[in-house]
Amino acid sequence: MRMKLLLAAVAAVALSAAGAEAQSSGPVKIGVLNDMSSLYADIGGKGSVVAAEMAAEDAGPVLGQKVQIISADHQNKPDVGAAIARQWYDENGVDAITDVPTSSVALAVNEVAREKKKIALFVGPASSDLTGPKCNAYAASWVYDTYSLAHVTGGAVVKSGGNTWFFITADYAFGHALERDTADVVKAAGGTVVGDVQVPLNTADFSSYLLQAQASKAKIIGLANAGGDTINSIKQGAEFGITEGGQKFAGLLIFTSDVHSLGLKAAQGLQLTAPFYHDMNAETRAFSKRFSDRFGRPPTFDQAGVYSAVAHYLKAIKAIGTKDPDKVMAEMRKLPINDFMTKNGKLREDGRVVRDMYLFEVKKPSESKGEWDMLKLIETVPGDQAFRPLDKGDCPLVKKG
Amino acid sequence: MTGARDGFPARWRVGIAALLLAAALAAPFLFYPVFLMQALCFALFACAFNLLIGYVGLLSFGHAAFMGSAAYITAYTVKAWGFEPLTGILAGTAVAALLGAVFGWLAIRRQGIYFAMVTLALAQMIYFIAVEAKFTGGEDGIQAVPRGHLLGVVDLNHSLPMYYFVLAVFLGGYALVYRTIHSPFGQVLKAIRENEPRAISLGYRTERYKLLAFTLSATLAGLAGATKALVFQLASLTDVTWQMSGEVVLMTLLGGLGTEFGPVVGAFIDVTMENYLASWGSWVTVIQGVIFVFCVLLFRRGVVGEIVDLARRFAPGRTEAPPPATVAQTAPGE
Repeated sequence: MRMKLLLAAVAAVALSAAGAEAQSSGPVKIGVLNDMSSLYADIGGKGSVVAAEMAAEDAGPVLGQKVQIISADHQNKPDVGAAIARQWYDENGVDAITDVPTSSVALAVNEVAREKKKIALFVGPASSDLTGPKCNAYAASWVYDTYSLAHVTGGAVVKSGGNTWFFITADYAFGHALERDTADVVKAAGGTVVGDVQVPLNTADFSSYLLQAQASKAKIIGLANAGGDTINSIKQGAEFGITEGGQKFAGLLIFTSDVHSLGLKAAQGLQLTAPFYHDMNAETRAFSKRFSDRFGRPPTFDQAGVYSAVAHYLKAIKAIGTKDPDKVMAEMRKLPINDFMTKNGKLREDGRVVRDMYLFEVKKPSESKGEWDMLKLIETVPGDQAFRPLDKGDCPLVKKG
Repeated sequence: MTGARDGFPARWRVGIAALLLAAALAAPFLFYPVFLMQALCFALFACAFNLLIGYVGLLSFGHAAFMGSAAYITAYTVKAWGFEPLTGILAGTAVAALLGAVFGWLAIRRQGIYFAMVTLALAQMIYFIAVEAKFTGGEDGIQAVPRGHLLGVVDLNHSLPMYYFVLAVFLGGYALVYRTIHSPFGQVLKAIRENEPRAISLGYRTERYKLLAFTLSATLAGLAGATKALVFQLASLTDVTWQMSGEVVLMTLLGGLGTEFGPVVGAFIDVTMENYLASWGSWVTVIQGVIFVFCVLLFRRGVVGEIVDLARRFAPGRTEAPPPATVAQTAPGE
């Protein structure tokens, strides 16, 4: 018994010594934490790991050593995500965690990062709370949030004549937030909201909601939902002939992988906001070619965003020659973000990356030249108009002046 | 009388218990404390569940409701009302107990699959409330719950004091389960499991026993959930989903249905798989499924059940092992 305790004590000392060493002088280690098996696996999943690996390879040796990428599946459970994040930061010498789709998991990881004073580079989660009331000096929200989705889609659609709206809203906090933000923009731009309907999460049959939307005669049907719910509403909407009848869907959170699984016939005419599309210009095409050579399909904006975030993080470490989180965050804020998908992006003190956002429309099947030729650019919205102003987010890190 | 009941002589049992306790005390120096705390919370949850299925023969498919609602109440009272950790846990556990009494009162009127379905339906109502109610934070859950200071003295923000606190909660819960099983009350429960009409004909008001056992099980599940909310500093929808109710069935079956220590082993196996296989991505669920199938086909008594059975075979004077306790056997039609 005494022997056992003694052994335990020795082991504990050895372990903590090893841990301390790993933190100060080991290689830069980045953990990709996302959904690998369930509804968000197509958006990020293994593709995000590939993107992070590409960014690490492109950066070459950092602090004299090869950058390590590890990954795990958080199964969309906040407790699993928080446990993995704690273990990575505490025991495995992980310096930064990236991706983290699903807002509830991201909020949990955000708290762990705050407590451990380690870096989190959020790409997948949409919650604007991460840069609002829950903002954290060690976290960055890299590509988008609910506020920008609502503002870009809402504003642009009204401007192009879609001034009457009907919302089909997923009945939970995320859906309500999207609807509220979008409705505000629509009204501010002179449009009207003629009605809305709340739909339980993971509904299979949208027919009654779609009939209400059809009967409302609104020009635009706003889809304040995500993933499978969005796909179902658009698919069934096509069966009801909603787009043929002159009404248009406006998706508030749609990924290219969603459009791909819908098919152009069902999705045509759909307007959506994204920070990246693989077929925008020579640079995005070059990156997407490299990515799809390795992964088999072009990157979603989440996967592209993981590359962008990891690349910028490593660039900052190289510039200052240390991976001390405080110094790295300061350097990341100082350096402008420039890569294949970002032009003069800036990391704000509340953790928001301000960058251009784009409004796209899904092509008609006749306009498409290939399986992944899906979107056409309608409008580019500069970052300062797309994202919430710094002083409006209630972030405690922002000094009220 | 308890000595050689399941094949182990009394001094073996004491020895094993002492060894396990020593291991539990030394464990945080060898393993990652948060992982151990998570495993302990699930172990307590599985023990609570096993009390019902293993000793009364009632398969509840809604135990996540008790765990989850206690987690929410604890997280909310500690975060929003500034409750001290122990008071917060008590508040959460009390709500789970109340919920258990109400659910139990409704559910024990039916048996077998109907009982399971009633508990599932009631649990789904709790899930719906958790999604919709304002105070639960919807799908974001309640985040950043402060661990605070136990009784105003012990700082639970450090892993070690928190671990020993969780260990104490677990041991308390486990002791309660153990005491219940070995009390006259527990004997009546087993009698009900084996043959309810006979227990009734002997003059026992079986529905009262069942209701009490159900409430006790719900209370302990709540205690596990309340503690878990403090460990992870969050309460989320994961704890109230029906998948969680299913996972506890898996843990109990893996470890050994109706054995005292089986659920603990099962919970540790399950949590270990979830943690250490996380980098395998989607394979986690597949591996869990395969292990479950193997377990059902090869060791029907679960890990601990098989060990106990082996010990029995080699114990002098015992040649034949009784058949494993199964759900089908214990849930006769109405």
